[in-house]
Amino acid sequence: MMSLRQRALGHPSFVIGAVLSALLVLAALLSLVWTPQSPYEIDMALRLQPPDASHWLGTDPYGRDIASLLLVGARASIAVGVIAVGIGLLAGTALGLLASACRGWTEEVIMRVADFGFAFPAILSAIMLTAVFGPGMVIAIVAIGIYNIPTFARITRASANQIWGREYVLAARAAGKGAWRITIEHVLPNIASVLIVQATIRFAIAILAEAALSYLGLGTQPPQPSWGRMLAEAQTLLFQAPMLAVYPGVAIALAVLGLNLLGDGLRDLFDPKLARRR
Amino acid sequence: MALFLVKRLITLLATLAGTSVVVFVVLEVLPGNAAQILMGPDASPEAVAALATKLGLDQPALTRYFHWIAGLLTGDLGLSYAYSSPVSELVLERLALTVPLAVLAMSLTIVLALSAGIYAAARHNKLGDVGLMGLSQIGIAIPNFWFAILLILLFSVQLKWFSAGGFPGWEEDWVDALRALILPALSLAVVQAAILARITRSAVLEVLREDFVRTARAKGASQRRVLWGHVLRNAMVPVVTVMGLQFAELLAGTIVVESVFYLPGLGRLIFQSIANRDLIVVRNCVMLLAAMVVIVNFLVDLLYAAIDPRVKASDI
Repeated sequence: MMSLRQRALGHPSFVIGAVLSALLVLAALLSLVWTPQSPYEIDMALRLQPPDASHWLGTDPYGRDIASLLLVGARASIAVGVIAVGIGLLAGTALGLLASACRGWTEEVIMRVADFGFAFPAILSAIMLTAVFGPGMVIAIVAIGIYNIPTFARITRASANQIWGREYVLAARAAGKGAWRITIEHVLPNIASVLIVQATIRFAIAILAEAALSYLGLGTQPPQPSWGRMLAEAQTLLFQAPMLAVYPGVAIALAVLGLNLLGDGLRDLFDPKLARRR
Repeated sequence: MALFLVKRLITLLATLAGTSVVVFVVLEVLPGNAAQILMGPDASPEAVAALATKLGLDQPALTRYFHWIAGLLTGDLGLSYAYSSPVSELVLERLALTVPLAVLAMSLTIVLALSAGIYAAARHNKLGDVGLMGLSQIGIAIPNFWFAILLILLFSVQLKWFSAGGFPGWEEDWVDALRALILPALSLAVVQAAILARITRSAVLEVLREDFVRTARAKGASQRRVLWGHVLRNAMVPVVTVMGLQFAELLAGTIVVESVFYLPGLGRLIFQSIANRDLIVVRNCVMLLAAMVVIVNFLVDLLYAAIDPRVKASDI
């Protein structure tokens, strides 16, 4: 019988996903202490320079170093992803566990409210909030976070309902444990793997949503670099500097691909029966 | 069937009512004095008060809510402050672009996804399957607005086959208008198709393992007959469910892609209205988009009850 570590190392999706996700985190961490050039320094004399030794990927229309902007841009993606998924995970899991533990009307009300949350994709929520409060990273985080809540609530409730039907839960009830203790001691640990996989996938979706919102001017605001806004700026220069529109897109795609592969890999590792069927 | 329909209709109406309350609270109650927002911080208090009276903002929130709902039901959405024209006219004008774009994108999504998904399932674990699923994994990771920019780079900047943006309108020449929607629809469809192809493949593989498929094969049915005659209909329930959810993503996607291609659709109207602080237009557009998402999901519920009679039996 192979250990989890051996199976993980032999799983191509997991390995590629883990490497790409680690690179994303490393890029963001590295940018906290070092970037090739300052990503904020505007120098019009250096605008739209081709790649060279000091500017590995060239410069943007304001003379800023693209490699540095990409490194710092990873921070915005990670920050939005972590907080927005955190909001969805905490609120959605709590609601899903409550629905599953209480059943009856509580479950019905929570699930109907979650259903109706699907009427508001992240961009629509962000538009509403921006119209009222103005654009910004916080608005993007809140909008994506709200969008994540119904998904986590549904998945938690479905997985938790299965656990509530198991014999060891029946035994715990017979031993006099209340719904709250059973939820914390038995249900939550047994659905943790499903939530981890879902969090990884929602992280990827959050990165895409953050990029879209920043592209539209509703997310991260200048001077803070973000991959989505780099694409918006690059689009006005497609004829003069087409590569400006390529680099940030590749960065987003690699980050999302990495997290998706990691999520797929984790799902297979946590549930080998499912992996064999796929 | 009647009971199923009534239950679903009640859910639909309740969801639409809830959606309208959220939209109203966020875009009408939360901002406080909408007249002040419309006129900006420098407007005189008298001018703000006059506009508030004109817009009916001096009435209680509940009265304004029911007035808005009555307007929604009768097609009277009020006047746009920035455009000085009825909001319903503005919205209808923009829908003439957004709806065809969403329908074209969804049609492309279905064609691409079903063919890729069925092909991959029929060649499970062979080169075609692995290659297509690898491609779909990349497709899922690509943001639709970046793919749109790449399409502009290739087809407009390099090959010069399509214009980089803009929309000539349906009145001039509908062929040109349709042509202007091809790249935007393709950029929306490819990403969604990548997701749907994976779902289709999984659903088809799941059904291929069922006993009735083995029986059909034992009776000598060809692979083609097994796939098209027995498997596809049974695999459609999860596929149609995801299609419904994807339509919501697609509508949200049109907002972004309209910006990439400078298309005068509903998404652009929303952004212009946010810039103009025209909350009346934003409120009605957001409500319309959310209602479209809710109604499409209702139709999907009905559709999969039609595909699989067990759905409505269990629901009742």
